[in-house]
Amino acid sequence: MKVSTFKAAGKFSLLVLSLLVAALMLVGCGGEEKKEAAEKAAPAAPEKITLKLAMDADPVSLDPHVQLSGGMLQFSHLVFDPLIRYDKDMNFVPRLAESWERIDDLTMRMHLRKGVKFHSGNEFTAKDVVFTVDRLKKSEDYKGLFEPFTGAVAVDDYTVDLVTKKPYGLVLNMATYIFPLDSKFYSGTDDKGKAKDAIVKTDYSFANVNESGTGPFTVISREQGVKTVFARFKDYWNKDTGNVEEIVLSPIKNDATRTAALMSGDVDFVMPVPPQDLERLKTTDGLHLVTMSGSRIISMQLNQKRNPALADPKVRLAMAYAYDNQGVVEKIMNGFATAAGQMSPKGYVGHLESLTPRFDLEKAKALMAESNFPNGFEATMISPNNRYVNDEKIAEAFASMMSKIGIKVSLKTMPKAQYWDQFDAQVADIQLIGWHSDTEDSGNFFEFLSMCRNTETGYGQYNSGNYCNAKVDELTLAAQTETDPAKRAADLQEAEKIQYDEAGFIPLHWQNLSWASKANMNTEDIVNVMNFPYFGDLVIN
Amino acid sequence: MFAFTVKRILQAVVVMLIISFIGFAIKHNFGDPVRDLVGQRVTATERAEIRDRLGLNDPFPVQYARFLRDALRGDLGQSYFFKKPATEVIIKKAPATLELVFCAAFIIVVLSIPLGIYSAIRPKSLFSRFVMGGSIVGVSMPVFLTAILLIYIFSVELHWLPSYGRGETVLLFGWWDSGLFTVDGLLHLVMPSIALSSIMLPLFIRLIRSEMMEVLETEYVKFAWAKGIKPWRVWLVHAFKNTLLPVITVGGVQLGIMVAFTILTETVFQWQGMGSMFIESVERSDTSLMVAYLVFVGIVFVLVNTFVDIIYGLVNPTVRVAGRQ
Repeated sequence: MKVSTFKAAGKFSLLVLSLLVAALMLVGCGGEEKKEAAEKAAPAAPEKITLKLAMDADPVSLDPHVQLSGGMLQFSHLVFDPLIRYDKDMNFVPRLAESWERIDDLTMRMHLRKGVKFHSGNEFTAKDVVFTVDRLKKSEDYKGLFEPFTGAVAVDDYTVDLVTKKPYGLVLNMATYIFPLDSKFYSGTDDKGKAKDAIVKTDYSFANVNESGTGPFTVISREQGVKTVFARFKDYWNKDTGNVEEIVLSPIKNDATRTAALMSGDVDFVMPVPPQDLERLKTTDGLHLVTMSGSRIISMQLNQKRNPALADPKVRLAMAYAYDNQGVVEKIMNGFATAAGQMSPKGYVGHLESLTPRFDLEKAKALMAESNFPNGFEATMISPNNRYVNDEKIAEAFASMMSKIGIKVSLKTMPKAQYWDQFDAQVADIQLIGWHSDTEDSGNFFEFLSMCRNTETGYGQYNSGNYCNAKVDELTLAAQTETDPAKRAADLQEAEKIQYDEAGFIPLHWQNLSWASKANMNTEDIVNVMNFPYFGDLVIN
Repeated sequence: MFAFTVKRILQAVVVMLIISFIGFAIKHNFGDPVRDLVGQRVTATERAEIRDRLGLNDPFPVQYARFLRDALRGDLGQSYFFKKPATEVIIKKAPATLELVFCAAFIIVVLSIPLGIYSAIRPKSLFSRFVMGGSIVGVSMPVFLTAILLIYIFSVELHWLPSYGRGETVLLFGWWDSGLFTVDGLLHLVMPSIALSSIMLPLFIRLIRSEMMEVLETEYVKFAWAKGIKPWRVWLVHAFKNTLLPVITVGGVQLGIMVAFTILTETVFQWQGMGSMFIESVERSDTSLMVAYLVFVGIVFVLVNTFVDIIYGLVNPTVRVAGRQ
């Protein structure tokens, strides 16, 4: 009986095997035929200029107001178009607003471009700007940024006033975030009976899957996390610009694979470039690497409430002198970062050239000896291990440098999914944080990272060091309502200087930015320090 | 046989309950999904409100009860990132993973059987030694390293094969996105399937070899030799068939493990299947998708094992007798 069962089993497996082989052969033939048919069907059509683009993530939605993140802003610059935008040197240049003028302390008048069309075919007017600002004020992510605004008021079809509650110095910075939406397209209800203008984070909404902007590209198809295809908008207002007719965006999360995809020619443009591959891409023929100092500051916050030693300004200064910013940038970041002595990067109004990193171990030791803790002390520290470039290694280097001046740091690292709850709870004496100013202005760093913590106003929300200086607060708040750029800059620079002298926290470095592409395009002309490449202007030869 | 089957299914249900409980407990302690949904400017109070709306502030038993109730209706929750029901996301991603596993399994079956048999029959030949040595390298090399090496050799250096993704796919039955029916799709399959099979293939060669060598020592094989039966008949019909049983059992379990192993392979090749989906859901704390995946894979494991046990029962009646007691 046993043998017969096996015989059956043997016959069965033979049958399965032969079926498999037959199926595979069919598959192969089927594929061949298809390819031939496809070749016949498309007789030498004029070649479309396609950009195959790989990024580490793709936009989470088609609704530009659903989330404030780098990925969403990159997407907005493709499909929508802002009133104004930054050029490479962080100057404001006209887009949908052709010019602007300050009418009074509270009002900035924008003169809009005529003859601009939305992807739906609707005409772009001041009404759309009013609609967009109203919607921004409802968006969970943007309402904080647009809180200083009363709203936008249409003067006529092509003139719109941006009105603030108090004098506000960052109206133009905020205008770079106003990507006008098609008010007709996003009004009313969709076929599911839901409001088309609803902003929904975790569920279906009309705006999450449909778009109508004025941008250089329209979305042809989208499979979230797999592939998004954009086609050039034929009625785009700016005709004399880039020549890319189609963009195929694929997210490639794995660093090594992203580099390999570029090197093998499967994609034309990658961002970001992993630091370990910079050298290799730079020296490869036919490829083009562009890097730039970025504006995300990585810093260590020293909690003076948790650990009495960190409340001693001499100790904090000693720590600032003990940390070798440039050494870490060179050895751990492979030179792919800019050592920082302050929070504001070059180009920001608060940046002070004189505030350089101050590594001097002898001085650090001397300061420690003078402090109330000449024999050192123990401190706990936490850091994420998958949020910033080389974050874990940086934290380890910091801990070992502190040990040289007698500070015994016990470090715990964790993934970002767990990190932020711990960060908020201030579980350790020293906590690492990276920050990018979403207003591209120094004031934002102080408001979130170094103003005295105030749960009511929300100031100092991410200040886990509990650094608090009334003068810094005063200067930051004054800068908020200052519309004279020179005075604003002076206020913010003074605040930056005070923090430097008191070593309120320890700035480490600004992360650099990187893009790599094939050599036949003008990559360096379209990238910028905000990391919003203007693909509409890309020219492929 | 009926009683045996019912018993196995009941066991499966209990296992599923345990898996869902563990998955849910992980979710509850994992981290805040809202963090990844909002910008840095959104305040703690506003985040708490969003969490409230998503039902994340309810106590654990309430959330778990709600999860079980919905799960019975086939609803495993909502993926925050994809803004769609988790089941829909997983089902959309499943074909990619299953095709990858199928191709890797195919490579394993086609290569391990002849290689295993040969190295059992001629254990001392140079080729067998080479196969055995190679299999040690294969077992000890991590999948992602194999994958990266393949990419650098065949995509970057030789430009033979595409480096990432699934390529051109065809829609079958309205929902199964298949890469098996286009040349481009098949080319994209080659390296990921080789990488995925690289861990299991050596294991199976060694398993078949050792089982086969044991069988070759048994009395009935010696008897067959004595009867003067042709060698290939002794090897294939008499000996190999009897090595099949343990291979099927192990194979069933390994098939499940392979589904899990796709995580590494898929991440490296940016293969849009369930594995990379899972890793990404962990990274962005898309916790309900995470739990849904754990439960889904749990179901696959349990089904495969149950199925294997039942087949085993058919092939080997003594198991059935044991089940009846």
